[in-house]
Amino acid sequence: MKIIVCIKQVPNTTEIKIDPVTNTLKRDGVPSIINPDDKTAIEAALRLKETNGATVTVISMGPPQAEKALREALAMGADEAFLITDRAFGGSDTLATSTIIAGAIEKLGADLVLCGRQAIDGDTAQVGPQIAEHLGIPQITYAADLSCEGNCIRVKRQFEDRYQILEADMPCLVTVLATMEKPRYMNVWDIVAQDEKEIGKITFADLTLDPARIGLNGSPTKVKSTATKQFDKTIETLELDPAEAAKTIVAALQKRHLL
Amino acid sequence: MTDYKTILFEQMLKDFAENEVKPLAQEIDEEERFPAETVAKMAKLGLFGIIIPRQYGGAGAGYREYIFAVEEISKHCGTTGVVLSAHTSLCAAPILEFGTEEQKQKYLPDLATGRKLGGFGLTEPNAGTDAGNQQTTAVELEDCYLLNGSKIFITNGGEAATYVVIAVTGKGPKGPEMSAFIVEKGWEGFTFGKHEKKMGIRGSATCELIFENVRVPKENLLGKRGEGFKIAMKTLDGGRIGIAAQALGIAEGALDTTVAYVKSRKQFGRPLSAFQNTQFQLADMATKTAAARALVYIAADAKQNKLPTLSVNAAQAKLFASETAMEVTTKAVQLHGGYGYTREYPVERMMRDAKITEIYEGTSEVQRMVISGALLKK
Repeated sequence: MKIIVCIKQVPNTTEIKIDPVTNTLKRDGVPSIINPDDKTAIEAALRLKETNGATVTVISMGPPQAEKALREALAMGADEAFLITDRAFGGSDTLATSTIIAGAIEKLGADLVLCGRQAIDGDTAQVGPQIAEHLGIPQITYAADLSCEGNCIRVKRQFEDRYQILEADMPCLVTVLATMEKPRYMNVWDIVAQDEKEIGKITFADLTLDPARIGLNGSPTKVKSTATKQFDKTIETLELDPAEAAKTIVAALQKRHLL
Repeated sequence: MTDYKTILFEQMLKDFAENEVKPLAQEIDEEERFPAETVAKMAKLGLFGIIIPRQYGGAGAGYREYIFAVEEISKHCGTTGVVLSAHTSLCAAPILEFGTEEQKQKYLPDLATGRKLGGFGLTEPNAGTDAGNQQTTAVELEDCYLLNGSKIFITNGGEAATYVVIAVTGKGPKGPEMSAFIVEKGWEGFTFGKHEKKMGIRGSATCELIFENVRVPKENLLGKRGEGFKIAMKTLDGGRIGIAAQALGIAEGALDTTVAYVKSRKQFGRPLSAFQNTQFQLADMATKTAAARALVYIAADAKQNKLPTLSVNAAQAKLFASETAMEVTTKAVQLHGGYGYTREYPVERMMRDAKITEIYEGTSEVQRMVISGALLKK
């Protein structure tokens, strides 16, 4: 079985700071991490490798710095990694991105494609399902559990209040929830071994893509404006007994239509 | 070119130490319990085989990586740090350095994967700093050496399955002739005695090894007969860097904890960090810790590159790092005030753990002897 895991490098939001002057995210010096749902997708692939036998290929579309995320995946035990990178890919929205990634998957070939549910920086949850549409293969989203028997992938698809058990024949695509498994740590053997591995580069020239469907030209999404949340920092301190305090808090929440 | 190996190694260890080592540190100290579950996790990540070459099942990384691992783990738990240090420096390293090809193939794979832990037996009731005064004997018979005697204060004692043991094999021109042996747990006549109750590193197994007519096969002689003292001293050179890294980690952990504390603790309406005394204390703690780190890394590189300065580098690293650990942890307790003296906060444990680094694998006085001896020999 050949598994391709799609990962994205994102800023570590737990360490994000807001620039007090410009009110924008401070990206300088903020460490990048593998998107949490994607990291669990790597774990799911490695477990399938252990239980069913598979090769695990990890791919990421992004700037050259994304090599670190791919190397981390190798250090967890993935077999090979490819960086999809080209100036022509810059400015791609989710549709253009999924077009490019689907092109790369077509070129590499896969029985099972695993994606994280969504990235913590964009939160669209669109790229995984779109890749499946481009490839014309079945997709199962929100996987909380995953197993493989023969040519069949069985998934526990999580909802807020219930779950479904779904099966699909390979080739297919599954998007994975971070809560499925705790991703393993990198290990010393693979940290050393990744040093001798090349990260393959996939560029525009390697793929058969319509230039009108990628990059800014291929991106129907236009971001009109972005804004940073403003926080009202006025703090009112009241000294009240518990019963009175509870009433006051409920009244304050109702006034703001939060209750 | 970006050094991804180092970046990823550091990231992995920081994650692991923070999430797996730190949460257990207080508990294993309180319960004086060997951290078996953490050791199993470390084994899975290959941490027990960092310096062991790949052909023997290790990762084939260097001393810098190994030393960094001891340092990072000891930041949160000195006990767990010394498990790794004793295993690697005192058992895997001498087998790697002095072992025959057969010995390496037999013992290193299990040590590399952590399936077996390693230990080292040199110290005896009457042979501490005076390590030459060994009473344990190994008498050569036709098919084996007959081992008799006991070793005390053995780190990983009882938990380890493979031991490098020093014993007297005869009379040499300048005193007893000593040799080194690889001894396995489970051999007839090899038992474990008293478990020490200690001031610090209380989760570390510190135990007596007892040998009563233990038949050690001749192929388990490590190095040549009569090389035991040399092997022990060379092994301790490496071990001292491990202990120096443990001390460095303890100092760093105490510093980190204290910086966080003085920012949140308020007295006289201001955080402690606003007082100049606090600021100056922290500056001194950080500076000495940085100096210790430099010495430890210099010694690690000397070991990696087999430099002739290794003994002195290792002695200086251990002397300075252990005394820094004691000073920094003592100041950390002082800056925490009354809370620092309670077991609610980790700094009192760090102070107790720091003390042993000035004592084991050569006291600070021994390190001064090594350093001055090299100076005056010239």
